[in-house]
Amino acid sequence: MKSLSTLLAGILFGVGLAMSGMTNTAKVQGFLDLFGNWIPDLAFVMGGAVLVTVISFRFILRREQPLFDLKFFVPSNRVIDQKLLTGAALFGLGWGLYGYCPGPAVAALTYLNWQTALFVMAMIAGMALQRRKG
Amino acid sequence: MLEPYTTPLAGGLLIGLSATVFLLATGRIAGISGIVWNAITAAGERQLPVLFVIGMLLGTGLYHYISGMPAPAPSDAPWWLTILAGLIVGVGVSMGSGCTSGHGVCGLGRLSPRSLAATLTFMATGILTVFLLRHVLGGIA
Repeated sequence: MKSLSTLLAGILFGVGLAMSGMTNTAKVQGFLDLFGNWIPDLAFVMGGAVLVTVISFRFILRREQPLFDLKFFVPSNRVIDQKLLTGAALFGLGWGLYGYCPGPAVAALTYLNWQTALFVMAMIAGMALQRRKG
Repeated sequence: MLEPYTTPLAGGLLIGLSATVFLLATGRIAGISGIVWNAITAAGERQLPVLFVIGMLLGTGLYHYISGMPAPAPSDAPWWLTILAGLIVGVGVSMGSGCTSGHGVCGLGRLSPRSLAATLTFMATGILTVFLLRHVLGGIA
């Protein structure tokens, strides 16, 4: 059941990304173009998603354990440090440069474009590089 | 065509539902950068992240197949910018322990101050980057 729910969650995520327009780099860059020809649509994606999680997570995290595992694997770190902010700032820079964050980039592999494959390979290389350096 | 905000909102609700199913069933956070990393590295358990990624690919294909909406065209950014941006995103999400899904959708959902700080930061630098790219440098991409 754990595997099946994971697959289902993945499918819902993929449908959601494609439906929302997040797999369209031009649209994402248009959303980030707040001081130009702003396309506000994608604010509704984050808005809609957080609207659901902010309600559902309250109830779920009150449980002793999830349905199909023994405990919750939720980060307990609450410290806002330099590493978090530098990482987030860099991520935003790359996101703005190209128009993909990790989820949509991976989902867009479905479209079989070499550009997206190149982006995802570079992204994974970046993750490996950062983890090696610590 | 539907109202311009209907499909983004419906897509967002589905993403929230996905994160809800994943947390309720497995106790895990649907943060895609972490899931992708765990899916390709042998460290830790690989089965769930691999299944999640397969689901994402299936779901994306399924949406276009059923809706008849054409797949969006890939970015026309030059190859070097594609690699550069990918590298920066990879380093950034790894250093910052998450991306739009982990910090944005899930972190804000559980009212994490760390995730709020991260989300505000990457939104700000994303907006700043597009501003510089389009309105100062005049669009190299």
